[in-house]
Amino acid sequence: MDDTTFLLALSGMLFALGLVGVIVRRNLLVMLMFLELMLNGVILSLVVFTQMLGAEAGAVLVFLVFVVAAAEIAIAVPILLLLVRTGRTLDPGAYAGLKG
Amino acid sequence: MNGLLTLLVLLPLAGFLVNGLLGRRLGPVFVNVVGVGLPLAAFGVAVWAWRILEAGGGEPLIETVFTWALVGEHVFEVSFYLDRLSAVMALIVTGVGALIHIYSIGYMKGDESYARYFAYLNLFLFFMLLLVLGRSLLVLFVGWEGVGLASYLLIGFWFQDVDKARAGRKAFITNRVGDAGFLLGMFLIFTAVGTLEMDQINEAFAGGLIPVGIATAAGILLFIGATGKSAQIPLHVWLPDAMAGPTPVSALIHAATMVTAGVYLVARMSGVYLEAPAASTLIAVIGLLTAFLAATIALVQTDIKKVLAYSTISQLGFMFLALGVGAYAVAVFHLFTHAFFKAALFLGAGSVIHALNGEQDIRRMGGLSRRIPWTSGTFLVATAAIAGLPPLAGFFSKDEILWFALASGQGGAFWLWLLGSVTAFLTALYMFRLYWLVFLGRSRMAPEVAEHVHESPWPMTSVLVVLAVFSVIAGWFALPQYLAPLLPAPDLRFDWPILHWALIVFAVLVAVAGLVAAGVLYGNGGRRAEAIERRFARLYRVLAGKYYVDEIYERLLQRPWLWISDRVFLRLGDRILLDGSLHGLAALARRGAEVLARVQTGSLHWYAWMTLLGLVAVLIWMWRYV
Amino acid sequence: MSEALALNLLLFLPVIGGVLLLALPERRADLVRGLAMVVLLAQLALAAWLYLRFQAGVPGLQFETRLPWIPAWGVHYHIALDGLNLLLVLLTAFLGPIVVAGAFTSITKDVKLFHGMVMFIQFTMLGTFLAQDLFLFYVFWEAMLIPMFLMIGIWGGERRIYATLKFFLYTAFGSILMLAAIIYLAHTVLSADGTPSFAFADLYELGLGVQVQTLLLAAFALSFAIKVPMVPLHTWLPDAHVEAPTAGSVILAGVLLKMGTYGFLKLGFPLFPDAALLATPLIMTLAVISIIYGAGLALVQDDIKKIIAYSSVSHLGYVMLGLVTYNLLGVQGAIIQMVSHGLVAGGLFLMVGMIYERCHSRDLADYGGLAKLLPAYSVFFMILTLAAIGLPTTSGFTGEFLVLLGAFHSAWPQFEQGVSYPLVLASLAVLGIVLGALYMLRLARRLLFGEARAPVAGLRDLSLREMGILGVLVLAVFYIGLFPNDFLQKTEQAAMEYQERILAARDGEVER
Repeated sequence: MDDTTFLLALSGMLFALGLVGVIVRRNLLVMLMFLELMLNGVILSLVVFTQMLGAEAGAVLVFLVFVVAAAEIAIAVPILLLLVRTGRTLDPGAYAGLKG
Repeated sequence: MNGLLTLLVLLPLAGFLVNGLLGRRLGPVFVNVVGVGLPLAAFGVAVWAWRILEAGGGEPLIETVFTWALVGEHVFEVSFYLDRLSAVMALIVTGVGALIHIYSIGYMKGDESYARYFAYLNLFLFFMLLLVLGRSLLVLFVGWEGVGLASYLLIGFWFQDVDKARAGRKAFITNRVGDAGFLLGMFLIFTAVGTLEMDQINEAFAGGLIPVGIATAAGILLFIGATGKSAQIPLHVWLPDAMAGPTPVSALIHAATMVTAGVYLVARMSGVYLEAPAASTLIAVIGLLTAFLAATIALVQTDIKKVLAYSTISQLGFMFLALGVGAYAVAVFHLFTHAFFKAALFLGAGSVIHALNGEQDIRRMGGLSRRIPWTSGTFLVATAAIAGLPPLAGFFSKDEILWFALASGQGGAFWLWLLGSVTAFLTALYMFRLYWLVFLGRSRMAPEVAEHVHESPWPMTSVLVVLAVFSVIAGWFALPQYLAPLLPAPDLRFDWPILHWALIVFAVLVAVAGLVAAGVLYGNGGRRAEAIERRFARLYRVLAGKYYVDEIYERLLQRPWLWISDRVFLRLGDRILLDGSLHGLAALARRGAEVLARVQTGSLHWYAWMTLLGLVAVLIWMWRYV
Repeated sequence: MSEALALNLLLFLPVIGGVLLLALPERRADLVRGLAMVVLLAQLALAAWLYLRFQAGVPGLQFETRLPWIPAWGVHYHIALDGLNLLLVLLTAFLGPIVVAGAFTSITKDVKLFHGMVMFIQFTMLGTFLAQDLFLFYVFWEAMLIPMFLMIGIWGGERRIYATLKFFLYTAFGSILMLAAIIYLAHTVLSADGTPSFAFADLYELGLGVQVQTLLLAAFALSFAIKVPMVPLHTWLPDAHVEAPTAGSVILAGVLLKMGTYGFLKLGFPLFPDAALLATPLIMTLAVISIIYGAGLALVQDDIKKIIAYSSVSHLGYVMLGLVTYNLLGVQGAIIQMVSHGLVAGGLFLMVGMIYERCHSRDLADYGGLAKLLPAYSVFFMILTLAAIGLPTTSGFTGEFLVLLGAFHSAWPQFEQGVSYPLVLASLAVLGIVLGALYMLRLARRLLFGEARAPVAGLRDLSLREMGILGVLVLAVFYIGLFPNDFLQKTEQAAMEYQERILAARDGEVER
């Protein structure tokens, strides 16, 4: 098993782990963290492929995704805080009414 | 002189416009001057034009006014054509028309819509002149529909009465059915000949280049138009109802002029009919049947105007009988004499109604001859004329018709003559019955009506006298000979003068028999008539019910069409099938959306599961197909 | 001023007028109405001048303007007059001032917006007629929906939402199919010779295979047939008419419906002549069904507006019948019938609006004997009724007579060759004139004759303004009835080209 395959498998595992976490955990904060895990899995695969093809644009894209991820957290956490302030719980089931 | 015919046509139109637009404001005197003066002027112009025609030896006068439409190589012109036939018609229309306008001054006096009445009457004259003077079938058709409009407006003149408005509508619709046939005939001729100018059409058909089939089809289609306008079976139903209009209107439009338009049409298109023996036979048969059946109905009617209406239908049937056996000029001759005596009869009836303050039921009349002598006398003359007593007008024309029905080489037959003679007997019978019940015998009037019986004012009686005089002398003009260059008499199957004389004597005997029968039945208080009525009660009911034609039409045509429109078109078609499927589709879309909306639960875990599922599905798909 | 410039001005005057309207204060309704009136009258004057300058007997387009718009796709801003759109442009310009004058008292809500919408409709309708480029045509065709939608939706009656949705869905559905066909067409022209083009003139020369033509015609025809509307695509019309304000009804009946027939005449049939010939039996049958079906439905309605709406279905059936005769008589008759119907149905809707303004009822059962109460109103109503029936000397007769004559003229030779369906259909269409008289006279009798009664006492007869509007309309009706020749001469060349384009396909068929 060479490095590339190993890294790709790792990224897949990271993603799967994240997905399982999002599905099974019932805590919004933890789910958010697992979400980040999934994103990192994807980024890892992106890096690997960039390395493989030698495309500089890929590296730029990785940074772009980092920025987006940071921005996402920056928005998601305040929303979460606001939610908890009104709902007093981190269980997502309590907020099903938000579907509109 | 150029422009004469145009002037003739436009004079009544001017009357219509002036009276229609300004009449209400300018008062009855002004309305009289315009509404009666212009038709009189038109009569003068018609006489003038006729003298020019005669000065030219009968060579037709043609006036092209303007080109209505030019489509490709097809030219549709508005042009007028005066030959002896249209001259006779124009003289009848303007002459009788002017007389009836004068009569109307007395009859319509004090009506709140006086100006409107004269405007409509002038409008009618305008369209009628278009009809008889038009050179092309198109112009004729414009006049044809136009007189129908005038008739519609005048029948429903007192429109507040729903029945009268309805009668007008019935007349219009029935005529429209005929008009559809007319249009088809016109289209067929146009397709076959390439023009609508009637003189050219006649020439083309006479040239023998057109197949008999087309001539027959065109002839029958045009005749369908004629049955509508001239109230022949099966489109006769509107004319009795048309009596809802003012009586002078019945005299002018529904007796003397408009209803004879069909006769004029067939005579004018004689070139077509000469090539179409089958169509001619049809005309003769329909005409005779109409004459006979209408006469039987007239026997039992109790409304004075309805009797005259059925009498008109019957006399028109006689004219079509003549047309059908190729005696076109004779038909026009009868048209000519009929115009006078029938106008006299209707106006006389109007005078009676006027005297009795609106009463029309002859069972509540009687003994009027001494109270309104002028009316009675003129009515008697006209009655004798229509019954065919010599030497009055009807005798000559009816006798000629019967002679040609027997002897014409173009479809004359014994049974035509026989049934025609029976009808002539019935004519005398129902007319003298009418005279007897109205003017002779004891008075059956309500006392308050009887008190106020009065002779009509001079504009009415003077017109009656003039018409009565013409009812006497109109038969002395040898109209068939005058028209012979245009409409030659048909060949005879046998030319035996003795037979002709014998028939004449027989015809006189028939008329006298009718008179005597009426005297026997209705003299002496009409007891014998009542006995017969009771004896044949069922037949009487059928006749009084006018053979139930109206009811049959309602069952077979009117109600099914309404049913189809309402149930099939509206309820089934529009509401259930079209809107139903549309609403069904809309409902389906909404239902589907509702089902799909359930997926959105709001539970994040559910969403995540769905995402996972989608992911797996995509992966499987990629693995299988990519 | 050159004619081409004038034509552009004619098209854009409503836009200018609309912008000027925006500058006026909302409260000054009189100013708004006055300005709209002046602008539309100016437009009418321009249209009349252009009509007079239009040369009869000259082939092709006149007063052309052709500017590149989207060069990469070959789209041009291309407008011009020809015999086919000339009378319709004149009709549109003619009805503009009438609509505004008719709405003087009936529209009190959002006056400025209303007149803006009228301007907008005027612009898009003229654009649709004038466009000589398929792309431009489509843009105007679609844009027309917006103001109409708003007009019914804002100033409409009680069930206006239902009516607008139905109207919008029907027409939008048709348009989408047409868009697909247009994309296909554009694609074909591209691959044919490399220079993309949407010009009608280029598209006429396309020469597609019959199968492709059939599919494309089906797409176009569906869109046009909905607009006409032909049975069975007509059910949006009565609803739209009933709910629309008077002005909306007048525009709808007067001009908008002619978009459909004009579409067939200008695009549908000449673009796909082979397919048109194939579809002729179907279209002819549907046209005659429309005549009879519409007449039957009009007979059993009690809502005055619905009666007139269904009469439109019937009358436009005659137009369609005339278009598929492919001879000069029928086509010319169809063009005249379009104009005539615009005037007559528009006038009738105006009159219904006038009585509605007074009595607030459209139910026939509420009325009777108006001839006694409102003599002037009744005279005008009677004249328009008779014109709708097609009585000679009115415009309705000119149209129907030529259409029916044309239909018979083309049917008879086929009948002699053993093909009898056109003759049967033509004869049925002739019988349609009886049915037409049936429902129109019922309307006239119930409304005008009988015992005098109305839902409201103390009616006042027509005002001078209303008489002026109707007088102008009636004059036009009689003018076309008595002297149609001038109109016919101007349209003849274009009608001939239409006929030749399709007959050429038939001759080609024979050679093959």
